[in-house]
Amino acid sequence: MLIFERSHPGRRNAAQAPQQDVKPDGIPASFLRTDMPLLPEASEMDTVRHYTRLSQKNFSIDTNFYPLGSCTMKYNPRACHSLAMLPQFLARHPLAPDSTGQGFLACLHDLQEILKDVTGMAGVSLTPMAGAQGEFAGIAMIRAYHEARGDGARTEIIVPDAAHGTNPATAIMCGYAVKEIPTDRNGDVNLDALRAAVGPQTAGLMLTNPSTLGVFEKQIRAIQKIVHDAGGLLYYDGANLNAILGKVKPGDMGFDVIHMNLHKTFSTPHGGGGPGAGAVGVAPRLLPFMPIPLAGKEGEDYRWLTERDLPRSIGRLSAWAGNAGVLLRAYVYARMLGAEGMRRVAEYATLNANYLMAELGRVGYNIAFPQRRASHEFIVSAKQLKDETGVSAMDVAKRLLDKGFHAPTTYFPMLVAECLLIEPTETESKETLDAFVAAMKEIRDEAHTAPELVKGAPYSLPVRRLDDVKAARELDLTWKPAS
Amino acid sequence: MSTPENLKYTASHEWVKTEADGTITVGITQHAQELLGDMVFVENPAVGRKLQAKEECAVVESVKAAADVYAPVSGEVTAVNGGLDSAPEAINGDPYAAWMFRMKPDNAADVAALMDAAAYQAVVDSEAH
Repeated sequence: MLIFERSHPGRRNAAQAPQQDVKPDGIPASFLRTDMPLLPEASEMDTVRHYTRLSQKNFSIDTNFYPLGSCTMKYNPRACHSLAMLPQFLARHPLAPDSTGQGFLACLHDLQEILKDVTGMAGVSLTPMAGAQGEFAGIAMIRAYHEARGDGARTEIIVPDAAHGTNPATAIMCGYAVKEIPTDRNGDVNLDALRAAVGPQTAGLMLTNPSTLGVFEKQIRAIQKIVHDAGGLLYYDGANLNAILGKVKPGDMGFDVIHMNLHKTFSTPHGGGGPGAGAVGVAPRLLPFMPIPLAGKEGEDYRWLTERDLPRSIGRLSAWAGNAGVLLRAYVYARMLGAEGMRRVAEYATLNANYLMAELGRVGYNIAFPQRRASHEFIVSAKQLKDETGVSAMDVAKRLLDKGFHAPTTYFPMLVAECLLIEPTETESKETLDAFVAAMKEIRDEAHTAPELVKGAPYSLPVRRLDDVKAARELDLTWKPAS
Repeated sequence: MSTPENLKYTASHEWVKTEADGTITVGITQHAQELLGDMVFVENPAVGRKLQAKEECAVVESVKAAADVYAPVSGEVTAVNGGLDSAPEAINGDPYAAWMFRMKPDNAADVAALMDAAAYQAVVDSEAH
C-alpha cells in the first residue's frame, strides 16, 4: 500500500504546510511547469496512520535482533540522535560563512582527529557519502599517487576472492583491471598466488581485514611487504573495522588508505540504502590527494580546507561535506565511548560472535572455519542440513523471521556453500544470543521432522515468501495512477 | 543426468559438446546451476567475438549471485542461444539442453584436452567438503 493509494482529491494537510515567506517571483516562464505535479492528497491523520503502519511492518534493530553479517547492525544510541538534532545543527545553512558555523566545524575537525587516532592514519576526510564512495575515493587517490609520480604502467588492482563485490566494482570504476587471487582453505589470502600476481603493473591490493570469512588475516605483514615491494599500495576496506576498533590500527598494519563505514562501526542508523558516511584515512604519501573539503584548524579558528589548500586533491564527492547528520551522530558516539569504550566495542563484538559460534556448533550447525577464532562475525554452512533434509540456508533464514529474528546474510561470501554470515555485534545481551540459539535449534529440529514447514516460511509476517525470480525479472519500481 | 559421459568439462563448471561440424556448444553444468539457484538473467558474448581460453565471456545471474562463464578453449563465437534472454530458467530445468553459446575452436586438440566426465565429477566431489 502506497500513500498514493490513500489519496483523495481535495484532501489537505494544511497545518503541516511550510510557511511561504519567500515568493518564487522572477522565474522565467520556460522553467515553470504548466501541469500540477502528481502528489498524494491525504489528511494529516491518514498520513500519520499510513506511515505508522509502515513502521510497524518494519523489521528493525529497534524491534528485533538483526545479526546481518558484514552490516554491523548495532543499536544506535538515542543520545547521538538528540545531540545531532539540536536546532543549531539542523538550521545551519551549508553556505553560511565559516565564522557562523564554528561549533559544527569543531565537531567535524575533532571527528577527523579521533578517526586518525583510532586507525593510525595521517589524515582523514569525511566527505564520502557512503562506503562505496569511500572506496572510490581511496582507489582514486591511489591512481592520483601513481600518476603524480609519472608511473603510468600500473593498470591492475588485486582483489582476493573473499572480497565484497564493491571492491572489484570500485577498481573498474577507477579505470583499473581486476586480478582476483584465491583464498586458502583456512580463510587466509594465498601468498603464493599473491606473489605470482604482483608486478610493475600492480597499482594496489584491496583487502578486508578481518575478511568476509570472519577471520583475521594473520599474514598481513607478509602481504604488506609483497605489495609494497612491488610498488603497489594497500587499501583497507573498513567493512569489518568493528572487530578491531581500538585494538589494531590499519595504519600499523601498513595500509596506505582506508575507508570506514561510520554508519556501521560508529553506530549511525543505516539499512535501506542510506544515508551513509564512508570517511577515508590516508598514509602520509597520500595526504595531498585527499577529497575536499576538510575541516581545518588555524589557531583557535576552524575553516573549510578547499582546492586552494589541497590543489592536488582528487576533488569533491558531494555537494557539501558529506552527510552532516550522520557525521554528527558518529562524533557523539565516538566521544561517548572514548578510547577505552572503543576497545570494549571490539572485545564484546568478538566475544559475542565467538559465543554464538560455539553455541550454534553445539546445537548441530556446521561452522565453516571451526579451527579459527571468529572475529566479529562467522559463517555457518547449511550444506549438510540441505543434503539431509532439503532445507536450505534461505529456508532457515526465512523461518528465523517467524521466530522474531532478522535473518543473517545468506549466500555471501560465495566461497562457502549454503552459508549464513552471522554478526551479533557488541550491543546484544547474552539472553538475546541464547534466544537466537534456541530458535536456530528449533529450526534445525523442524528441518528434520517437518521440512515442508521450514520451506514454506515465513508465516507470521505481513507478506509470505516473495517470488525472488519474478521480482528480479519483472522490475516494477514506479507507481502510476490507474488510467 | 548430473554428469553426462559424452561431454567435456572445465574446472570452472562449463560443459562442452563437440558437434559434427567441429564447432563446440557450451553451457553450465548441473552442479553450477544447483549452486546458483533460480536464474534471472543470462548475458552471452557477441557472435564473432574472438575468445581466449579461460576468458570471462558470459554472465549468469541468479537470485543469489552473478557468476562469470569462461571460454573453455580459444576460438570464435559462432552462435548464441537467444532463447535464454526470455527464459533463463531453462538452465535450471535442464542445463545440458539449455546451451549458451557455440564456438569454432582455434585448435581441436584443446577440446580433447578438457576434463572427461569422471575427472569433472571428482572436482565436484572434492568441492563438497
